[in-house]
Amino acid sequence: MATQSTASFKSQLTRYYSFYTGGFIAFVILVAILEQMGVPNKMLGYMFLAATILLYAGIGVMSRTADVSEYYVAGRRVPALFNGMATGADWMSAASFIGMAGTLYLSGYDGLAFVLGWTGGYCLVALLLAPYLRKFGQFTIPDFLGARYGGNIPRSIGVFAAILCSFTYVIAQIYGVGLITSRFTGLEFGIGVFAGLGGILVCSFLGGMRAVTWTQVAQYIILIVAYMIPVVWLSVKHTGNPVPQVAYGYVLEKVTAREVVLNDPTTPDGAKEAEVRAIFKQRQEATEAKLKALEAGGATYLAEEKAKLEKAAADLKAAKDADPAAVAAADKAVTDFPADAAAAKAAWTKAAAGAKAKAGPIASHAEPFAGKDQAAIDKKRKNFLALVLCLMVGTAALPHILMRYYTTPSVKEARKSVFWSLFFIFLLYFTAPALAVLAKFDVYTLLVGSSFSELPSWVASWAAVDKTLMSVTDINKDGIVQLAEITIGGDLIVLATPEIAGLPYVITGLVAAGGLAAALSTADGLLLTIANALSHDVYYKMIDPHAPTTRRLAISKGLLLVVAVFAAYITSLKPGDILFLVGAAFSLAASAFFPALALGVFWKRANKWGAIVGMSSGLGICMYYMYMTYPFFGVNAPLWWDINPISAGIFGMPAGIIGVVVGSLLTAAPSKEIQELVDHVRYPNLTGDIDTKAA
Amino acid sequence: MQLSQKHKEYWQKNLRITGILLALWFVATFVIGWFARDLQTITIIGFPFPFYMAAQGSLVIYVAIIWYYAHYMNKLDQEYGVHEGDD
Repeated sequence: MATQSTASFKSQLTRYYSFYTGGFIAFVILVAILEQMGVPNKMLGYMFLAATILLYAGIGVMSRTADVSEYYVAGRRVPALFNGMATGADWMSAASFIGMAGTLYLSGYDGLAFVLGWTGGYCLVALLLAPYLRKFGQFTIPDFLGARYGGNIPRSIGVFAAILCSFTYVIAQIYGVGLITSRFTGLEFGIGVFAGLGGILVCSFLGGMRAVTWTQVAQYIILIVAYMIPVVWLSVKHTGNPVPQVAYGYVLEKVTAREVVLNDPTTPDGAKEAEVRAIFKQRQEATEAKLKALEAGGATYLAEEKAKLEKAAADLKAAKDADPAAVAAADKAVTDFPADAAAAKAAWTKAAAGAKAKAGPIASHAEPFAGKDQAAIDKKRKNFLALVLCLMVGTAALPHILMRYYTTPSVKEARKSVFWSLFFIFLLYFTAPALAVLAKFDVYTLLVGSSFSELPSWVASWAAVDKTLMSVTDINKDGIVQLAEITIGGDLIVLATPEIAGLPYVITGLVAAGGLAAALSTADGLLLTIANALSHDVYYKMIDPHAPTTRRLAISKGLLLVVAVFAAYITSLKPGDILFLVGAAFSLAASAFFPALALGVFWKRANKWGAIVGMSSGLGICMYYMYMTYPFFGVNAPLWWDINPISAGIFGMPAGIIGVVVGSLLTAAPSKEIQELVDHVRYPNLTGDIDTKAA
Repeated sequence: MQLSQKHKEYWQKNLRITGILLALWFVATFVIGWFARDLQTITIIGFPFPFYMAAQGSLVIYVAIIWYYAHYMNKLDQEYGVHEGDD
């Protein structure tokens, strides 16, 4: 294939992927027919899971390679369009596919920070990095730092930062894989993690970047089809218009009107809502009173409270005609009672916050930075913009994304490829806000006001699966659902849309396959980045520069296996919140890489010491702020200027830029060779130029 | 290796277009974001303007920025004779 011309390679690819798309649609139709014939849902779930993972493994086997350039950069002949699709899949993770619409549902305008941040960052990739990295044309991002700044220290910091942010990110992805496989097949979470991982490994293990690229193109096709079908259907149901992105403006108007009604106690619906909110207000106050008593009484108070509950349970059992349900509830209250003061404080603080959220009026979906006073509004605005900036700059600094632009045939194709990347990402990202509004309309108008005796079937079925995703409780005992009585977990929105839209189970399976494709494709790219940083940058470039090709690849593959198993092990311990892990990866990448990469191209004077000082201070400040303020680490220091820990990069980035500038100006200008290297990357083609291309 | 005057001009033009497009990116993202509450009364096909921009409008601008940059630079490469061979 290496001798083939670009044009015929491209048309061959187009043919392959057209066949593949057709085959996939045929498979979905086949499953739909099986469903009509009465095959149980669980079997259909297994079929989707097995078929897609086998498919990815199959592409992996077909793309196996022992060539270094094929293994690291897919032979540098991926056409712009296909690299765009691969980048799209590489980029869109479980958080985008499953989490984003839910975040938008729950936080309205403020959630759009993710939509803006995860698309606008490509402007920085296109304008500041991709074409220059392509011209440089080696294998990894630390490669660029090593060559541009000279010596092993910048490269080593680059390796450390690449591993740190990719590993943080990959854990969130593997978590998503485990969640989807366990939910749709009934396998245990831990087993689901390893089953999904098997598919990733066969693929990247055999063919490295080459296999990952062609699998990612396949995964993009599945995930975009899976995302679109239910949303289009829902849009037709509510608006009669099959283009949800256009139609939902008017639905948003209706949602806003409905919010006003539900927040107004003089309307019948609003009065009911006020009634439920008053009950939550009481609960909040009661829990807060308990917290205060705990503060004063400590362990003694806790013991007294527990004794009261035990006595109540014993009394109930002693009574002759005790209601078994009441006895069970009393027993449960005793067993669930917090074991010590710290646990009690945590549990009750959470309960009070939950009740408080339900006691307030509903926030308007379209209103930016809603808050009770100007200070609250300003704080939200500041955090919104800070998060947008961190996500954007992080996008332009995550090694697994930048690496993809090494794989195009030329600088020209790299520029076009960023366009295709963002175009394919845009298709999903401008649909997610539409889905959130359509789902909200459904809940606000159809679910609210319906009777508890005849809930829509999707509500009942999801409430049975997972209470954190969907639960409705008749708080004021009127038999009618009020909005404040509904608890929805963000992930529900995408997962339940096919059922909300009244589609058959096969579409639910398709959505699960799409979510799996999103998580696996990102995990693939990340694992490869980590393994390559270790094998190429650490082993080949620093330890044994004379290592033969076979040994380099063997070490790379071995490390891939070790990293994957280690990541899966960490994930099975279920650390922390997915959204925070993802956000943290962006802040870390933005602080560590972006200043040194961008200034490396645009400022010739930047030198080795600048890079060392800039990267370590950026990364250091970012990690320090996260450690001090993110509750998981338990320090809980006061925030700087009210900036949330997820946007720690807002402090790391300026530290990084100042570090590069000051460090460079205090030491000697870089050598003539390095300045020539900068000229080399700035021009797609220079006569009499040096050559930095790796084989 | 010495860069010719023409090469320097190419780089200046590149910096200029990069600066202009980054300014556009900045306005579409941060200026509109900053004034979001003040622009709330304007409506566009049913959407409040800031919501529309953050959910769609700015995204379209980003795609257009990248398309225009690729188009402009690929032409500029030809014009200044720094384009790559056909492979």
